Amino acid sequence: MTFSLVLEQLLNGVQLGVMLFLMAAGLTLIFGVMGLINLAHGSLYMVGAFACAVVAAATGSFWLGLAASLAFAAAAGALMEVVVIRRLYGRDHLDQVLATFALILIFSEGTRWVFGSFPLYLDIPQLLQGAVPLPGGTAYPLYRLAIIVTGGLVAIGLTLLISRTRLGMRIRAGESDREMIAALGVDIRTLYTLVFALGSALAGLAGAMVGALQSVQVGMGEPILILAFVVIVIGGIGSIKGALIGALLVGVVDTMGRFLLPQIVGLFMSSAQAGPVGGAIASMLIYLLMAAILAIKPRGLFPAQA
Amino acid sequence: MKAILKAATMALALGSSTLAMAEPIKVGLITTLSGGGAGLGVDTRDGFMLAIKQSGNKDITVVTEDDAQKPELAVQIADKMIQSDNVDILTGIVWSNLLMAVVPGAVAQGKLYISTNAAPAALAGEKCDPLYFNAAYQNDNLHEAMGEYANKVYKKMFIMAPNYPAGKDSLTGFKRYYKGELAKEVYTQVGQTDYAAEIAQIRASGADGVFVFLPGGMGISFMKQYAQSGVKIPVIGPGFSFSQDVLPAIGDAALGVKASGQWSKDLDNEANKKFVAGFQKEYNRLPSLYALQAYDAAQLILSASSKASIKDVKAFAAALNKADIQSPRGKFKFNNNRHPIQDIYVTEVVKENGTLTNKIVEKVFTDHGDAYAKDCKK
Repeated sequence: MTFSLVLEQLLNGVQLGVMLFLMAAGLTLIFGVMGLINLAHGSLYMVGAFACAVVAAATGSFWLGLAASLAFAAAAGALMEVVVIRRLYGRDHLDQVLATFALILIFSEGTRWVFGSFPLYLDIPQLLQGAVPLPGGTAYPLYRLAIIVTGGLVAIGLTLLISRTRLGMRIRAGESDREMIAALGVDIRTLYTLVFALGSALAGLAGAMVGALQSVQVGMGEPILILAFVVIVIGGIGSIKGALIGALLVGVVDTMGRFLLPQIVGLFMSSAQAGPVGGAIASMLIYLLMAAILAIKPRGLFPAQA
Repeated sequence: MKAILKAATMALALGSSTLAMAEPIKVGLITTLSGGGAGLGVDTRDGFMLAIKQSGNKDITVVTEDDAQKPELAVQIADKMIQSDNVDILTGIVWSNLLMAVVPGAVAQGKLYISTNAAPAALAGEKCDPLYFNAAYQNDNLHEAMGEYANKVYKKMFIMAPNYPAGKDSLTGFKRYYKGELAKEVYTQVGQTDYAAEIAQIRASGADGVFVFLPGGMGISFMKQYAQSGVKIPVIGPGFSFSQDVLPAIGDAALGVKASGQWSKDLDNEANKKFVAGFQKEYNRLPSLYALQAYDAAQLILSASSKASIKDVKAFAAALNKADIQSPRGKFKFNNNRHPIQDIYVTEVVKENGTLTNKIVEKVFTDHGDAYAKDCKK
């Protein structure tokens, strides 16, 4: 095991974490401000990826596709909020889970209806093709570095938005007391729609960026949705800072686990058995991490309202 | 008197033969038409229906249902088809875990099952059944072919598959024939979408070849990420990882990849031309391996229906077993465990008129059966 391999794996972990952060940030904002569990967040991720793939194929420009993914996901999110979600704020979490689960099915089958069952093609833009050399003689894909940078910028932007702007102030106020902020004359309905659209746009951005690396197909959002929930539970529900730390933690632990565990298990048993056993433990690792963190801090690392 | 007798015998003979011909057959096609694996099911259905349509046979009716890639749903549909739709033959399941849930019950109720894809080892050996046929291959076959091919080209292989039964069978099949050195054997999560951690290990492994079995979306993700990683070690895999249904989504990243298959659209025979041209005309896309396998399953049923009555299941099974069809893959016959004995080729992904597709490079196995047939005593 060399330094360069460990460095590469660390970068991989951070990149996965950044992706998860984009998903988790929207999820945690929506939960924090509106108290709503949105299972359909993964569908917005899918909408972003499909919008990017379709627009990129039609215009030949990934960047236009990326812009379209933000616009489409935000629009889909806003529409979803106005038509369905708005009716759920007063209901209990079971109703919300049922309704947003139904939305997953509607989005999935609707997308299949329009685009068919075969995966779409979306390639990395010319500008970000290829790999760049790293210290230690190895190389790292430029596109993954770009994802890390984008995620970092979004994290800074979100923090500034929430701590420094009037909108952010209202979001924070909405988190702590939604009746009071409505009584003070803030249009809470518009605020909710705005927050929902913002969270959706972030999911769409994540979908578009990952779509270029993975396969753009129906149902692509659900696996990452589960991870995003793990992230916000670890980070503390409702906290952007928690989402960032939680996402990086999950990303690095998952990547390092997949890489190191089979080798550690290999010290105790033959290599033919070590592969499957190590792989199986690695896929449980983040859930073990979540259990451990919840045992020590039941409300997550950085709970929004202490 | 003589003339009347002659006429009567003629009429009887004619009557009985048309009776055997006109026996209606009901086929239950259970396949995956929704969810991430729907592309495979759509090709299965379309390939099957193409053969029926080309034959002009009006006696075969097909009932199609979507299993959503869920074993419990597949079992429910199979029960419904057997009990209330009164189907005679079941077919169409893509996935081994669904097949394992459906086949034992179906054959126990005296129904024929003809697999269009899934071929788990468990049903090829000791637990084979006289009513269970496989028109595709045995699951290990295409992996074995790549193992044999790797012997010639590579010295040190990095091998990788998802951590589930078919994934383990895959690497077992590969190692059954591959005699060189193994750099590393890695099992990934089923449905995994990010392979950065595995690609980093490939980079550091010092291997001169990489064998991956990653069907569907997993393969698309891996190949796109691998192309960006700057790692130049050649990738090989079983045909279904680089089948026609996933190639457009992988894009140019798949160019040059070697894979194994018992069929390719450029095989030069009349049946294949009829199949490929017919499929393109009907559905306006190129057929995949899954479409071919379903096409042959339908051909088997058509051929047996002209030889035996479905009312006599044993005789019908015997007629199926003759495999009197013109398969687009060329030679085709059944082994003693009713799995195919066939040639297996290595193909390469190339670009033809702007479309990515597979092209045959060489033949690896001639008349290849499977490792489990010897245990099948039924």
